[in-house]
Amino acid sequence: MQTYIRAALAAYLLSALPASAQGIDATINQAFADYTGWYVSFIFAPIPGTTFSWIAMWLVVAALIFTFYFGFIQFKGFVHSIKLVKGDYSDPNDAGEVSHFQALATALSGTVGLGNIAGVAVAVGIGGPGATFWMVVAGLFGMATKFTECTLGVKYRNEYPDGTVSGGPMYYMVKGFKERGLPGGGFMAIVFSVFTILGALGGGNMFQSNQAHAQIANVFGDFPGYITGIILALITFAVIVGGLKSIASVTEKIVPFMGIFYVLVSVIILIMNSDQIMWAFGQIFMGAFTGLGVLGGFTGALIQGFRRAAFSNEAGIGSAAIAHSAVRTKEPVTEGYVALLEPFIDTVVICTMTALVIVITGVLNQDPETGLYIWNAELGRIQTDGAVSGVALTSAAYAREFAWFPILLMIAVVMFAFSTMISWSYYGLKAWTYLFGEGKAKETTFKVIFCLFIIIGASANLGPVIDFSDAMLFSMSIVNIIALYLLMPIVKAELNSYVRRLKSGEIKKFV
Amino acid sequence: MSGKIVVGYDGSAAGRRALDFALARAKAQGASVLIAHVLEWSPYSFLTPEELEERHVRRKDEMKRAETSVIMPVVEKLKDSGVELETVIKYGHIAEKLSEIATEAGAMQLVVGRDGQGSLVSRVFGSVAGTLVQITTVPTTIVP
Repeated sequence: MQTYIRAALAAYLLSALPASAQGIDATINQAFADYTGWYVSFIFAPIPGTTFSWIAMWLVVAALIFTFYFGFIQFKGFVHSIKLVKGDYSDPNDAGEVSHFQALATALSGTVGLGNIAGVAVAVGIGGPGATFWMVVAGLFGMATKFTECTLGVKYRNEYPDGTVSGGPMYYMVKGFKERGLPGGGFMAIVFSVFTILGALGGGNMFQSNQAHAQIANVFGDFPGYITGIILALITFAVIVGGLKSIASVTEKIVPFMGIFYVLVSVIILIMNSDQIMWAFGQIFMGAFTGLGVLGGFTGALIQGFRRAAFSNEAGIGSAAIAHSAVRTKEPVTEGYVALLEPFIDTVVICTMTALVIVITGVLNQDPETGLYIWNAELGRIQTDGAVSGVALTSAAYAREFAWFPILLMIAVVMFAFSTMISWSYYGLKAWTYLFGEGKAKETTFKVIFCLFIIIGASANLGPVIDFSDAMLFSMSIVNIIALYLLMPIVKAELNSYVRRLKSGEIKKFV
Repeated sequence: MSGKIVVGYDGSAAGRRALDFALARAKAQGASVLIAHVLEWSPYSFLTPEELEERHVRRKDEMKRAETSVIMPVVEKLKDSGVELETVIKYGHIAEKLSEIATEAGAMQLVVGRDGQGSLVSRVFGSVAGTLVQITTVPTTIVP
C-alpha cells in the first residue's frame, strides 16, 4: 500500500516533468483541487439556514464547554501556570529532565509560525479588522481546550522500558476509554491517526512550504514553486531521514528569538503609530459586530476569526497533546496548566500583533467617505495595496514602516515553516507508527512521503492548499473533541485533587 | 578538626589541580572531600520534539558516562590516599550548582580550578570561577 503510494507519486511527478515549469505548477494545482475539493466543502459546510460553518461552531462550543466545566481555569490558573513554567514547583533533583518550559517552547515552535503571520493576514483580508476580535475571543476560550487535552496527553502516555515516551490523543482514546469502560477507543484512535497523518501533510507541511515559497518569491520575484519545494524537501530529508540533527537543533534555537523579534518589531510599529491605536481598536470592535463592509458582515468577521484562531493555536486539534507528553512530571494537571499558555502566547499575543499592524498601517483599502472596507468580489477579499493576500499582505504592512522588513520576514517565514514542518513530521510519524508499528522501513516510508508533499505544497497556489490544510486539521478535532468530552470527568478529578493538595501544602514550592 | 571540602571536578587538568589542592588541605586538616561533578544544563533551553522524547534516556546515559569516565577513575586512583571521599553528580548551571552543593553540605571550603581561557571568551560567556567569586556563600579557593 505504502509502496504503491510512493510509486504513484513518483510516476505522477515524472510524467509531469516534460511540461513547462508553470505547467507543472498548474497541473499539480488542478489535480489538488479536483481530488480534495469535495471533502473541503463537506468540512466547511454551513449549518443549514445560516452562513456559519458547523466545524467552527464545533470548536468554539467545545472551548466554551471546557471553560465553564473547569471554572474558567484559563483565568484562575494563569498565575499558577507561569509559576510552573518558571520552575517554582520543579524538584531540583529532576534537573536534566524535560522541564515544563522546554515542553511549552517545543510545542509553541510547532504552532507559532505561518498561522500567525500568513493566516492572520488571510483572516483580516477576508473578515476585516473585526476578525481580530473574534480570533482573540476564540484564543482565550481555546486555552481551556488545550488544558484538557494536554492533561490527558500526559496522564495516558506510554512509557517504554528504554525510557522514551509516546503520548497523544491516540493513547488517551485507547487507555482512557478503557478506564471509563467506554467502547470504541481503539477505532477512534485509528481514525484520529489517519487524520493526523493527513493534517501533518496538509497544514503541517504543504501550507508551510507554500507560504515559504510565497514570501521568497515576494522578495526575489516570481519563480516556479517546485524549486523552493525541492530545496526545502532536500533539507528536511537530510534532517528527518538522514538524521542531520544539527539543522533541526539550530532551527529550534533560532525560532524562539525570531518570534520575540517579530513581536518587538510589531510593538515598535504600534508605538510609531501610537496616535492611531485607539482608531485601530475602534475598527476592530466595530468590525467585530458590523463587519464594516466585508462579505457576510458580522458573521463573515466571526467565521474568519474563529477559523484562524483554531488553525493557529491548534486548540482541540490534538497535536499539542503529542508534544507536551514528554515532560517529566508526577502531576499530569501541571502540564495542562502550562499548555493553556500556548493559545495565549500564540493567538492573543502574536496573532493580535500581526492583525494590529495590518489594520494600523492601512494596507486594507477603505472607502474614504463611508469608512467601509472596499470589497473585491472577484478575489473574494478586501482590496489591498498591490492586491495581495496571505504572507504578502503581512509583508506589505510591515514594509510600510520598515523597507527592509520583507527580507527579514522571508528568513523568519522560512525558519518558522521549517520548524513547524519538523514538528509536524514528528506528530505525523507518531500517528503513522501508531497505525503501522515501529520500524526503520515503515518510518522512512512516511518521511519520504512527507518530503514529497513539501514539493507539492510549494507548487500549488494558496487557495486549494489552505483549504485542504484547514480541512485536515479540523477533521482531527472532530475525533479529538468527542474523546475530550467523554474523558473530561477524569481531568476534573485530577484537577480537584491537585488543587486540594496545592492548598493543603502537600505540593510544595521548591523556589 | 573535621570538616568537608567540596571540590568541583570535571576530569580536566584544571579540575585535577583543584582536586590535588583540596586533598592536600584535607589531609592536613583531617577533613573529608566531596567531589562534585556538574553537568551544564538549563531548563530554559530549546529542544526539538525528538530531543524531548529521548531526554530521559539521554539523561541516564549522561549520568552513567559521568560516573564511569569522570568520577570512577579518580575515586579508584585516590582510594588509598587516606582521605574520606564522597561524590555527587548534578545537573544545572555549573557555578550556581557548585555553590549550592557546598552550602548544603555545610562545607568549610569550596575549591575549583581555572583553565585560564582568554579574556574575550570569558567576557562573553562568563566563567565558572568568575561567577563563583560573585555568588559563593562559602569560602572559595580558585586554583590556577
